[in-house]
Amino acid sequence: MESHVSHRERLWLYIFVGLVIFYLIAPTFIVVPVSFSSTTSLSFPPPGWSTRWYESFFGQEKWIGSTWVSLRVAFGTMVLATVTGIAASYALHVSKLRMGNLIRSTLISPLAVPSILIAIGIFFVYARIGGMLNTIHGMILGHSVVAMPFVILTMSAGLQSYDMTQEMVARSLGANRFKAFMTVTLPQLKFSVATSMLLSFLVSFDELIISLMISSGPVSTLSRVTFATLRDDVDPTLAAVSTLMLIVTCIPPLALHIVTNRAKKKGA
Amino acid sequence: MAQAVLNLPPSSLNPDQLKENHQALQKEQRSEARTMFRLTLPALLIVGLLMVAPIGWLLSMSFVGQDGSIGLENYILFFSEAVYREMFVNTFVIAFVVTAICLILGYPVAYLMAILPSPWSGFLMLLVLMPFWTSNLVRTFSWLIILQRNGLVNQLLVWIGAIERPIALVHNMTGTIIGMVHIMVPFLILPLYASMKAIDLNLMRAAANLGSTPAHAFRRVYLPLTMPGLVAGTIMVFVMCLGFYITPALLGGGRIKMIAQRIEESLALYPTWGPAAALAVLLLAMTAICLGVSLLLVRRLTAEMRG
Repeated sequence: MESHVSHRERLWLYIFVGLVIFYLIAPTFIVVPVSFSSTTSLSFPPPGWSTRWYESFFGQEKWIGSTWVSLRVAFGTMVLATVTGIAASYALHVSKLRMGNLIRSTLISPLAVPSILIAIGIFFVYARIGGMLNTIHGMILGHSVVAMPFVILTMSAGLQSYDMTQEMVARSLGANRFKAFMTVTLPQLKFSVATSMLLSFLVSFDELIISLMISSGPVSTLSRVTFATLRDDVDPTLAAVSTLMLIVTCIPPLALHIVTNRAKKKGA
Repeated sequence: MAQAVLNLPPSSLNPDQLKENHQALQKEQRSEARTMFRLTLPALLIVGLLMVAPIGWLLSMSFVGQDGSIGLENYILFFSEAVYREMFVNTFVIAFVVTAICLILGYPVAYLMAILPSPWSGFLMLLVLMPFWTSNLVRTFSWLIILQRNGLVNQLLVWIGAIERPIALVHNMTGTIIGMVHIMVPFLILPLYASMKAIDLNLMRAAANLGSTPAHAFRRVYLPLTMPGLVAGTIMVFVMCLGFYITPALLGGGRIKMIAQRIEESLALYPTWGPAAALAVLLLAMTAICLGVSLLLVRRLTAEMRG
């Protein structure tokens, strides 16, 4: 759609937007060249090149151990938040529960509550009941709180554009409800499910403040160790870590974007 | 449920059986509601036990003083200690400045995204969303590299002769604001874009036909129509800034204290939960008020637009 203003008259707009986008995207990639620096300084451009900071990353227990912790927690969060979130979104979608709106708002509310509050809340609960602080399962539960809204929002949107009568047909043909859901409804919602899983994984992998409160020592997450290192002794190993994180967190969404686009085109 | 209806034999039309059927249906409806409620329970328990309940408890703890007495002791701290005043001023100044800059940077981007034809607007959207996927820690670290004393920005400024010696860009307010704006801009662009996308561009053509200059048409027609997205986005960014932790902690170098850091420090500083809880309650109240105001304003603006 074109309006009555010509491209030439809009030149300033293009330039301004270009600069803003540059500001948004470019700075992050500076970690890539710095991670291949040959010196301990973070100067750019680096005076020489080496892979010593990657060696330092893969050679240190604190980095490898915490990466492993992060992956386990993120995987657990992905499973827990997606499964419970899908169950809740399905129930909220098909039934007219009197408390439906209240339940939905409760499940989405972690998005609006500042994470520091969620973090000290969880810390308080865990400090009382014991066996939860500094554990993988404790962190999975904690991260599921902040991942939940993303699953609920994604799945609700998916369910909204899904024709529920299909499930009814399957059931009238003799499938029980669970089977009908698993074989008819869920496969058609696969993009929403994939997005939910991806989001909850990334939310957990990136989460810092809850991890700061409830984990330490050998069960520190990668983000926690990164934060502590950033605050105390900065070295280019951090740039190597950042580059790896950039790869981990950038590729899946891009892939999902491409796959979804292709599927949409096929459908159209 | 469907089967219960389908299996009714024709003879069921007498009143007694109708009543019986009605009761059976109601019973099934109730059991259906119970099943559905049970399906929401696991999710509800996670959020309820780990977030809602502790927040309720924080609320009550905020009224318990150091010696166990009930009162406003923890809230009076806000006024009696100078640390708090500085922290509140910092928090609000930063949140305000960051929101204003985000607005200036974000509005044109959302506008261009809304008027560009399809493949280009999608591409622009992808670029705006990309930082969303990137870890805030990584982004904050990048700014640390760029803004440091011998970093890119300082080198550049010295090279073009704007400054003679490198200036301090991080570990202060400047660094904090640059880093926070970087994280917040997409949060403003998305709601703005949503409200702009809904605007019929023919309205602008009509304004032009009626003799309006582009700038005038923009001010009188386009801008008012984007107000709901503008208000919602601005308030959301402001609220998120209030509770920010990572960027001020790292780019502020420990010198710039905002509420979130103060809450964390209070836990270590005081023997009881009271002072931290009071701050937490205050932050939550400010968040709730801002979001409430936003909701009301947006509803009113949308109603006005519909006439």
